[in-house]
Amino acid sequence: MIKKLLSCVGEYKKDSLLAPLAVAMEVVMEVLIPLMMAHLLDFGIEAGDMRVILRTGAVLVAACMCSLFFGISSGRYAARASAGFAKNLRRAMYYQVQDFSFSNIDKFSTSSLVTRLTTDVSNIQNAYQMIIRIAVRAPLMLVFSLVMTFTINGRLAIIFLAVVPLLALGLYYIMTHAHPIFERVFATYDRLNNVVQENLRGIRVVKSYVREEHEKEKFEKVSGDIYRDFVKAERLLAFNAPMMQTAVYSCMLLISWLGARFITAGSLTTGELTSLITYTMQILSSLMMLSMIFVMMTMARTSAERAVEILSEESDLVNPEDPVKEVKDGSIVFDHVNFSYAGDEEKLCLKDVTLRIESGQTIGILGGTGAAKTSLVQLIPRLYDATGGRILVGGVDVRRYDLETLRNQVAMVLQKNVLFSGTIRENLRWGNAFASDEELIHACELACADEFVAKFPDGYDTYIEEGGSNVSGGQKQRLCIARALLKKPKILILDDSTSAVDTGTDARIRRAFREEIPDTTKIIIAQRVASVQEADQILVMDGGKLAAIGTHEELLQASHIYREVFESQTKGGEDHE
Amino acid sequence: MSENRKETAIPVQGKEAGPKRRRPRNAKKTIGRLLSYIFSDYKLSFGIVMLCILFSTLASVISSMFIRVLIDDYISPMLSLADGESLEPYFAMLFRALTGVACIYLAGVVSTLLYNRLMAAISQGVLKKIRNQMFSHMQTLPIRYFDTHSFGDVMSHYTNDADTLRQMISQSVPHAFSSAVSIVVVFFAMATTSWQLTAVVLLCVAVILNVSRRIAGKSGRYFVKQQRALAQANGYIEEMLNGQKVVKVFCHEEASRKDFDRLNDELFESANAANCYSNILMPALANIGNLQYVVLAIIGGAMAANGMGGLTLGAIASFLQLSKSFNMPISQISQQVNAIVMALAGAERIFMLMDEEPEPDNGYVTLVNAKYDAGGNLTETKERTGLWAWKHPHGDGTLTYTRLRGEVQFFNVDFGYTPEKIVLHDITLYADPGQKVAFVGATGAGKTTITNLINRFYDLADGKIRYDDININKIKKSDLRRSLGIVLQDTNLFTGTVMENIRYGNLEASDEEVRQAAKLAGADDFICRLPQGYDTPLTANGESLSQGQRQLLAIARAAVADPPVMILDEATSSIDTRTEAIVSRGMDALMKGRTVFVIAHRLSTVRNSDVIMVLEQGQIIERGPHEDLIAEKGKYYQLYTGAFELE
Repeated sequence: MIKKLLSCVGEYKKDSLLAPLAVAMEVVMEVLIPLMMAHLLDFGIEAGDMRVILRTGAVLVAACMCSLFFGISSGRYAARASAGFAKNLRRAMYYQVQDFSFSNIDKFSTSSLVTRLTTDVSNIQNAYQMIIRIAVRAPLMLVFSLVMTFTINGRLAIIFLAVVPLLALGLYYIMTHAHPIFERVFATYDRLNNVVQENLRGIRVVKSYVREEHEKEKFEKVSGDIYRDFVKAERLLAFNAPMMQTAVYSCMLLISWLGARFITAGSLTTGELTSLITYTMQILSSLMMLSMIFVMMTMARTSAERAVEILSEESDLVNPEDPVKEVKDGSIVFDHVNFSYAGDEEKLCLKDVTLRIESGQTIGILGGTGAAKTSLVQLIPRLYDATGGRILVGGVDVRRYDLETLRNQVAMVLQKNVLFSGTIRENLRWGNAFASDEELIHACELACADEFVAKFPDGYDTYIEEGGSNVSGGQKQRLCIARALLKKPKILILDDSTSAVDTGTDARIRRAFREEIPDTTKIIIAQRVASVQEADQILVMDGGKLAAIGTHEELLQASHIYREVFESQTKGGEDHE
Repeated sequence: MSENRKETAIPVQGKEAGPKRRRPRNAKKTIGRLLSYIFSDYKLSFGIVMLCILFSTLASVISSMFIRVLIDDYISPMLSLADGESLEPYFAMLFRALTGVACIYLAGVVSTLLYNRLMAAISQGVLKKIRNQMFSHMQTLPIRYFDTHSFGDVMSHYTNDADTLRQMISQSVPHAFSSAVSIVVVFFAMATTSWQLTAVVLLCVAVILNVSRRIAGKSGRYFVKQQRALAQANGYIEEMLNGQKVVKVFCHEEASRKDFDRLNDELFESANAANCYSNILMPALANIGNLQYVVLAIIGGAMAANGMGGLTLGAIASFLQLSKSFNMPISQISQQVNAIVMALAGAERIFMLMDEEPEPDNGYVTLVNAKYDAGGNLTETKERTGLWAWKHPHGDGTLTYTRLRGEVQFFNVDFGYTPEKIVLHDITLYADPGQKVAFVGATGAGKTTITNLINRFYDLADGKIRYDDININKIKKSDLRRSLGIVLQDTNLFTGTVMENIRYGNLEASDEEVRQAAKLAGADDFICRLPQGYDTPLTANGESLSQGQRQLLAIARAAVADPPVMILDEATSSIDTRTEAIVSRGMDALMKGRTVFVIAHRLSTVRNSDVIMVLEQGQIIERGPHEDLIAEKGKYYQLYTGAFELE
């Protein structure tokens, strides 16, 4: 795990090494400064020697300047190293996700991917900065200060050997016991946020059913849980400061008592006594820092694991060796195709589908919710691989094509349509980055989108908000169709892509398809019988199986499912037929 | 406050919150209000906390001053003793003094423990109270509030704002108080030791404050920039990952990488700068402190050498220690100030939510279960009879019961979400009990708005609505809403099992009743096929279900409520037509004799309604049953035959 993460340090290796080095120098200075101060007291002030005072003072000022220089450098290097590391990590993860197949994406779910690329990366960035600064600083400070105390007076320094392990043990005990409680608090916080979020989203449901009291109870229960756990954890942490104080105070008392003894015996100077006290503070506070680092590292570990999961996820759809770079025509063959999202033969959602579609045909697909209509068509542009059997496009197995070639020739308008923030023109150019204005307008005319786009004050330069929230559902669907048409594909798949478009426009789009792109194979999934009625073949899907196939007239005779759907939609509506 | 409200009344679009105010508007008022939370419940504990902080701080100040006493009063005399004189009496004295100091230390340690533990309970208790009050107040706010505030903003009151507040109460407040105490005490100690050296220290403090303000200011500016860059990068990541499947289908990976790199690089620049400045603040302050030490030592040494100011060696040593104890709280406070200012701004936002005007409700007519007594009079009863009555108290103290029939009448109703833009004009309509009334029209024609007025999510601009001949303004809102079952197009499910989600419609429903409702709604079939049936847990708004399945659950939820009047707002838009026919049969059975309002895009859904209202730009342009409207050959006919499109 660490190795994968470290590979993201990349060009910031230099900063990542210089930062701890500068920290180390800074620590050396901070340890030396009290020593020089002791010297200044003993030989300058006590001796009343102004020359010594000035000379030591000058050395001290130089030391401070060095310390300042190293401090600032370490801060700068650390900032650069951690921000750079985060940048590279974020990029590595983002690039990795771009290579993910549909099933990789399904595995993580979008919201989890987003958290990993945002919150988790920020956590890791903070942890990284802490490691190269404080995690270097605290142990160094501890060791150097201990060494100094021993050089000043070995016998007095023995005090620390007694106090330090005791304090360390106490801090360790508190942290290890508080940490699980904090973990629980964070989980409970997630629950609280979830309650608030669901309440906000569903406020109309809450108010309609007059469930305000019920919601309050739910919230107050979680809120109470947080209170209980948080107080418990903080009460435990409340021992930290007094324990630290006890350690400091006992050291001070012991140093005062023994120091007085040693000074009178001539083995210690008063200046050394004051610097010993400074070292006491440094030693004990670096212990405190260490215990904090320990906690924060365990917290960042979860984030690191989640990030590495993405980095080590291999795309399960890759280009074949020696890929076919040309799609001959728009014919499609399904040859005993089985499919399961989990790749599990036991849980097939498509069972033994065999069918043949000629280039240029119009195919309608009908079936209830969960009939696996979408699953069927997603196999054609190889968004997923079939679990069993094979699919041929233009007479070649889809697994032998170069992915980009195949997907450029098989344009699919997904059920869950997405437009991106940007102008209409920019969105349409996703289909073909070099499309001329004429081509854009022509595609929109085919998709019956031109008329409403032309009515917008900014026309094709109208800015689409994120998720296309400022156009209606039907408009969005038609723009998505136009975007797919711009690819000039050999196969066009519409997955329930005109559900929000009224029947008249729907019919006009179909007519345009028939007249303007007769050579393109068109596959249309729809709820409305009217949308597929004129197709060359209509597939009726039911429970993952191909229940019936034929033209409208044939199916009215042969398929009771088709007949039922047809009747439920036309009952009493003869007036307009 | 009126000013604040005007600002928040601007509709918020999208998820990104605008730049947050970092400074509170009225810090004094906010502090006062916060303190009132602490004092109302924790007067005694908080008093003890303050006292304990005082003790604890004094103990630590004494510990830093003790070294002067040690050197001056004990060690120096011992060193100046004549040879052969016994040191033991002095050590006995020192032992007594140390014992005394140890007692003070002990008191300090105990105080520290006590205040830390008390503070944990106080800060968490206050926070819990604020949190609960905030949520509970939020439940009373009108729908309009939720229309004009983005979810992200409201959520951040519970997360960011509450968190900074917690840190302020539990850490910043005690720290600031203890820092203030030690500053005062140490200052007096320094001033009594040497006013000349004290003046030097004050000069240094001025430098420290100046430097920290400069660096913190720079760092703050870059942090704002970083936040903006972070929001942009995260927003891009979110948008792209949400559309990742489209990216794949269009082979757009390269372009998406390129755009991402640009934002990612920008983020790096600002993150680098922001962290850089915040990283150098501490070493800068610490070394100014060190320099001060040197300057003090030189000046003090010179003074001692020349016998100025009567400074002893011990006095200088202790002054040097004191000056360190003086710098620490000052740089601490200068760091706390930022946190406190931010927390106060957060607290102010929380209080602003709590000060929002709740949904007014002057209704006094209530809904009760009813039955006919032997004399054929309508009377109130506890049990559910399938018969409801409006309990109407009158000015003269009498009570009348009116049977709930589900008659809804609109008289010349005008309405606009904002006063400038009227969306419903002069709507007059009658829905008779037992009728199925459908609304048809383009997006924005006002279909949903009409139903929003029936359940009083919004109040009318003009005209009136009568419900069973009672002005709906007289009906208590909760009872009015209880009488209406509403199924919305965007279904909202809650975390919990399928069973719990359906039961949301009627908390008293038995498992059997829930199943019955699911059967009526045509949902039983797919629920039974879920891995754990009715006990299948749902999370994240039921993301494991298809939109159609979610809608079936929402219908089942309304069915279990068994309401006298039902409003179906595009409730079956994602359900295939075969299943819809089943649902519709079930609902017709349930609602037999009761009033149903249906809004639908799909005309096959509304065809069998008793009356269809065609809305255009907030006006009813055609009304009548399907056959009549077809015969009329008007707008409905055009819609139905596909000659005109609905958008």
